Amino acid sequence: MSEDIWILGIHMTKFGKHPDKDTLDLASEAVMGALADGGVTMKDIGVMGAGNLMGGAGGIGQQLQKQVGQTGIPVYNVANACATGATALRVAAMAVKAGEVDCGLAVGVEKLAGAGLLAGGSRADNSKNWTPQGRQGAVAALDGRVGTDTMPGVFAQIGMEYGHRYGGTSFELFARISEKNHSHSTLNPLASYQKKMSLKEIMGDVMIAYPNTRPMCSANCDGAAAAVVVSDSKLKKLSAEQRRRAVKISASILTTDPWEDACQVLPNVNTLTRNAARQAYEQASVGPEDLDLVELHDCFATAELVHYDNLMLCEEGGAVDFFNSGAPWRDGKTPVNVSGGLESKGHPISATGIANIWEVCTHLRGEGGARQIEGAKVGLAHVIGLGNACGVHILEKAA
Amino acid sequence: MADQIPLVDYLVLGDNPHLVARECEQCGSRYFGRRNACAGCFGTEFKTVRIPDEGTLETFTIVAQAAPGIPVPFVSGVIDVDGTAVRANVVNVEPNPDKVTMGMKLRLTTFPIGVDEAGVEAISFGYEPVG
Repeated sequence: MSEDIWILGIHMTKFGKHPDKDTLDLASEAVMGALADGGVTMKDIGVMGAGNLMGGAGGIGQQLQKQVGQTGIPVYNVANACATGATALRVAAMAVKAGEVDCGLAVGVEKLAGAGLLAGGSRADNSKNWTPQGRQGAVAALDGRVGTDTMPGVFAQIGMEYGHRYGGTSFELFARISEKNHSHSTLNPLASYQKKMSLKEIMGDVMIAYPNTRPMCSANCDGAAAAVVVSDSKLKKLSAEQRRRAVKISASILTTDPWEDACQVLPNVNTLTRNAARQAYEQASVGPEDLDLVELHDCFATAELVHYDNLMLCEEGGAVDFFNSGAPWRDGKTPVNVSGGLESKGHPISATGIANIWEVCTHLRGEGGARQIEGAKVGLAHVIGLGNACGVHILEKAA
Repeated sequence: MADQIPLVDYLVLGDNPHLVARECEQCGSRYFGRRNACAGCFGTEFKTVRIPDEGTLETFTIVAQAAPGIPVPFVSGVIDVDGTAVRANVVNVEPNPDKVTMGMKLRLTTFPIGVDEAGVEAISFGYEPVG
């Protein structure tokens, strides 16, 4: 039995527009914040996992070391779509778990403010001579001709499919999920948007891909998050204050899609999330009913609904009833996305898989301020990177 | 008839245009496009099978914002054709949630999308409501 792993320090920058800060400024702020929060320096760090998808060529980890401290430790630059941050954290946690190092660092950063639709690109003019290309012998771009490649459209179909299977969904239901998250973010000073939106405003906003209007889509923004993880034996040697604020990583899971019919036709975000959740509950020896809060990957309002079910916060097929019961509101049975979620807090891709853990840790430490979930002891953070990768972490307050 | 070329290699033209899938000889899993091996059973032998023309709509979205150059709105969906899932646009229907309904019966249809300098016409496909 290997020893427990703890989050010693963790930090999230303000999410939003940072025109005067570049990728390295944001990542440095997150790293130095996490080190200070944990009461350690780069000298204590034995391994680094780093993620950035949109910053162009070059290892983000090494570039970052050149700003915050070069000590010769190994860097693992990782990429796993929207699960990149969680993957960086898992790299650091695995190295600690394996006993190679007793202290590791993970960071995710993205500059995304002002970015438009992700994926799809722009359609080139038809070629002068039709030439079959690629694995499907396509003579022209397929986005828009054979379905959609855009994320709002893909996730719209995922939510609509759930509705078709179990019933009870509607444009208004999905919009009400978004209304919840926009309402939650009013208490989060680090969220991109902190503005309450009425159901009417949400439904009347610009349609992106039915039923997702603009406020029902994740908000492109800038941001970074970083975490310091330590072994149990290292933590025992640290101060009482460090031990009190440390948060236990009770489960750290990453999954991909097992083969199923149709999974290569429309991404199936359900099975791998369900598998990750099942493994996480088992590893942590907790059940969904024990969770005091959940930060799940609401990249679109239509996605949040299916993950109530995938994370087993409700009975199979019961996500609509779960939402309608008020359970995922911050005063409900299982508060979901009290940060405002990706729709309102924002979604700087590579930072998201650590930022959601920061949110949970903040509540477990009792440092949530106005949005504190009182008495929070156990929380779950979930991300999906399309392709797919799913990260699930279960975190527990120090005893 | 002028020369024609299908948009994708799993669309077969001719008198009765239809889709074909690559089916794993070992486990029967179906795929569209070139394969290296079966993702389900790792087998490497495949045969080409014809996909029936009619199916039902399992999910959809109406895309209102897309990349520059793509005409919107359009209906993107997944069609269940006798147990095989097909990704396609739903065409010849008003792109309106009141007109596109889950489970609606659909049929394969083909249409030209342009002619190149050599005079070759590219043919695309979609699914249209039956009846």
